[in-house]
Amino acid sequence: MAELNIKINGKDQTVDVDPSTPLLWVLRDHLKLVGTKYGCGIAQCGACTVHFNGSAVRSCQIPVSSAADNEITTIEGLSENGDHPVQQAWLEQDVPQCGYCQAGQIMSAAALLKRNPSPSDSEIENAMNGNICRCGTYTRIKAAIKSASNSQIA
Amino acid sequence: MSKVKTGIGRRSFIKSVSLAGGGLILGFNWLACNRASEEETTKEMAMQMPEEWFELNGYLKIGDNGVVTIYSPNPEIGQNVKTSMPMIVAEELDVDWSNVIVEQAPLNTAIFTRQIAGGSQSIRQGWKSLRMAGATARQMLLTAAGSQWDVPVSELSVKEGVITHSGSGKSLSYGEIAKAAAQVEVPVEVELKNNDDFNIIGTPRKNVDAKKIVTGQPLYGLDTYREGMLIAMIVQPPAFGMQFKTMDAEKVKEMPGITDVFTINTYPEDMEKEWSDVTAFPKLVVVVGESTWQVMQAKKALHVEWDLNPELTKEIEILEKSAGMEDVSGLESSPVHSSLMAQVGPGESEVVRKNGNPEKAFKNAARVIERTYSCPFLAHNCMEPMNFFADVTDDHAELYGPIQTPEFAEKSVNKRLGIDLENIDVKMSRMGGGFGRRLYGNFLVEAAVISKKLGKPVKLVYSREDDMTNGVYRPAYQVTYRAALDGKNNITAFHVNAGGITESPLFANRFPAGAIENYLAESWTINSNISTGAFRAPRSNFIAGAEQSFLDELAEETGKDPIEFRLELLEKAKNNPVGEDNDYDAGRYAGVLKLVRDKAGWESNNTNLSRGVSAYYCHNSYVAQILEMTVENNEPVIDRVTCAVDCGIVVNPEAAKNMVEGGTIDGIGHALYSEITFSDGVPQQNNFDTYRLIRHKEAPAKVSVYFVENGIDPTGLGEPPFPPVQGALANALYRATGKRFYKQPFISELKNESRTLKT
Repeated sequence: MAELNIKINGKDQTVDVDPSTPLLWVLRDHLKLVGTKYGCGIAQCGACTVHFNGSAVRSCQIPVSSAADNEITTIEGLSENGDHPVQQAWLEQDVPQCGYCQAGQIMSAAALLKRNPSPSDSEIENAMNGNICRCGTYTRIKAAIKSASNSQIA
Repeated sequence: MSKVKTGIGRRSFIKSVSLAGGGLILGFNWLACNRASEEETTKEMAMQMPEEWFELNGYLKIGDNGVVTIYSPNPEIGQNVKTSMPMIVAEELDVDWSNVIVEQAPLNTAIFTRQIAGGSQSIRQGWKSLRMAGATARQMLLTAAGSQWDVPVSELSVKEGVITHSGSGKSLSYGEIAKAAAQVEVPVEVELKNNDDFNIIGTPRKNVDAKKIVTGQPLYGLDTYREGMLIAMIVQPPAFGMQFKTMDAEKVKEMPGITDVFTINTYPEDMEKEWSDVTAFPKLVVVVGESTWQVMQAKKALHVEWDLNPELTKEIEILEKSAGMEDVSGLESSPVHSSLMAQVGPGESEVVRKNGNPEKAFKNAARVIERTYSCPFLAHNCMEPMNFFADVTDDHAELYGPIQTPEFAEKSVNKRLGIDLENIDVKMSRMGGGFGRRLYGNFLVEAAVISKKLGKPVKLVYSREDDMTNGVYRPAYQVTYRAALDGKNNITAFHVNAGGITESPLFANRFPAGAIENYLAESWTINSNISTGAFRAPRSNFIAGAEQSFLDELAEETGKDPIEFRLELLEKAKNNPVGEDNDYDAGRYAGVLKLVRDKAGWESNNTNLSRGVSAYYCHNSYVAQILEMTVENNEPVIDRVTCAVDCGIVVNPEAAKNMVEGGTIDGIGHALYSEITFSDGVPQQNNFDTYRLIRHKEAPAKVSVYFVENGIDPTGLGEPPFPPVQGALANALYRATGKRFYKQPFISELKNESRTLKT
């Protein structure tokens, strides 16, 4: 165990954990930021996607020690009032069914649009292929990303 | 909180009489009128919360400011009942939907019937009681307003929660009269709206939890954290047919954060089990600690010895011998399953249905066409792994989490721990998928047993690997179809022989039963140590695709268009049905085929895509699909699926479309990619690196959904889109490759074929 300082959603946090603990479990068990989901633990499903200095990463594979001194954003911090263009597009397209994977999908989509504001269909598919949705909402996810890409995204 | 009972039997709630004018009078009863105590209500809708709530019946309460809380009775697994069931109440209540807050009702068998997410039945079976709940409250509000103004109720009208008396011009809102309405005697009968008067049902309404979902708020069982709560995980036998022998837990108990390591028996042999108590591993090792990651590390470090369970393996050995195998082990492997299904199963068939003289017709046939189809076991793979929160003392149990069958789970805990039913409190979280897996609450009972043993609140968490290797799989199925044709290509006899491990997929009375003079349906099952259970559209999830592939081949063999061929059979079933127990409406069946033919432009040959069609009836609804695709570099590329659906009245059209799109994609994915295989009882897939679920790149570019509009009372939608598309896929693959696909997952056959073609 060790005291570690990490910055989550712009807020400095101190956690007392084994430094090898994956960021996912620090977020969930220690900081009670439960929007980041556990799905597989081996970076195959994308449910735990967060932003690491703006890039989409699987938080189940990031030891919390390497999160120190880096900007981590979770679904809870994606926008102040849940009004990020991607979140709004998700609401507009009424994407979720069970909803469990959607935070991860949204984080992947937001990172994609940040680096590529107008992605093609195949660019969307490539960026999103690591995020599984058992309910099969893929066509709506794609429609939401396209709709967000056409809105004014920073 | 005081409750006033009307004294009329609650169970006679659904008793209806049709009116000549098309309306409906519902005789009924129950009701609790009371002032609710403080309820936890989220302020997510930025509404001003009322000072007081008035509960007009068990389904709803109205605040003094007009805000209405509607309780959604059934578990939410992603089928969107948490939005659509309250919509039905709100419709009859005549309230502005934007003034409605929805809350998940807890398990309460005194108020609600059938709080189950299963069989696509929530809307169908809740239709009348939900409407009656809204209409009753509306009637009570009107009665109270009529008394206050001293005018007859017949002179009042309501729009969006505002009651108006046109004669005097007076009006008031539900909130203003709710207190008085709660004192009104419950009406003995109420009138329901005509379909034409619906203004919420049939209009798109957004998922009531959507904002919480997209902002990552706690909603799911796995998101539960309580003061003093410990995390528990299980260690289960590595193979079906094995059991716990011994372990060395001392070092693990020393690991940081670990508080306990012990074994439990979830289901002792003398316990009277519910149907939902299914597991192949009643005896488990449990590791308990302060955090999930610490417990996961301890699980890895724990040394457990397992050995064969002779009681389980004996029967499999007998089966292996009967298939002529020399090397019997009692531990099951997929090749063994294949030989058992090929050699043992069909030999032990029972006749389930017979019409005419099929033996004679086959004997006299000019041609007989015979094809065999099969599919593997599947894991449900809800994205949220199994978990449950339990806080159990000697005489009380609080249980919270994802469960499709809370009523049965409550009974199981009652029987397992001897706690009185009224002291068992089961609450449902939103679920990260269900698909049938959470009908079987073994994980809930495990959590309760662990909490009782610890004397502390605990959250049981399955890792993905635990979840995927825990069993309760979709059974492996096989079906052989035979058709007899005469010299003029008429089908004179039809024979279906279906079975599986551990269940047969046969529906003997479904199409084409009823359409063919000489018909024989047979069924068989093979036992196994591997536990199986209902998986989205049980049995249909395989046999629909097989049947629709076989009919496609028959159409081709008889030189007919596949849709025309089906319509001819359905026409015969409609006008001249064979037998009496046919379980489908041939007219509605044909209706979806005709609709999908029109919408997909089937008759125009203006496409380079390979197309396949299918249609199927299950869970009281009809779905036809046309799938259009190409095969590029031996990979299927699906361009579009057109779906025609007859599920009667569509309560929430946008959400219904979403469900059909998702069910279609899920059906394609499982037929193409997914399987659980076994080697000496060990599942060979335990996470998403080895178990393939369909992904973004593989999904169809477009899924178009059309509903038949017929005003019939609504039927199921969660399951019906899943099965038929597998047939449309197989038929399109045939047109793309020239090869028929008989064995799921199809991707293996597609790859095998490409290898064969290259050599």
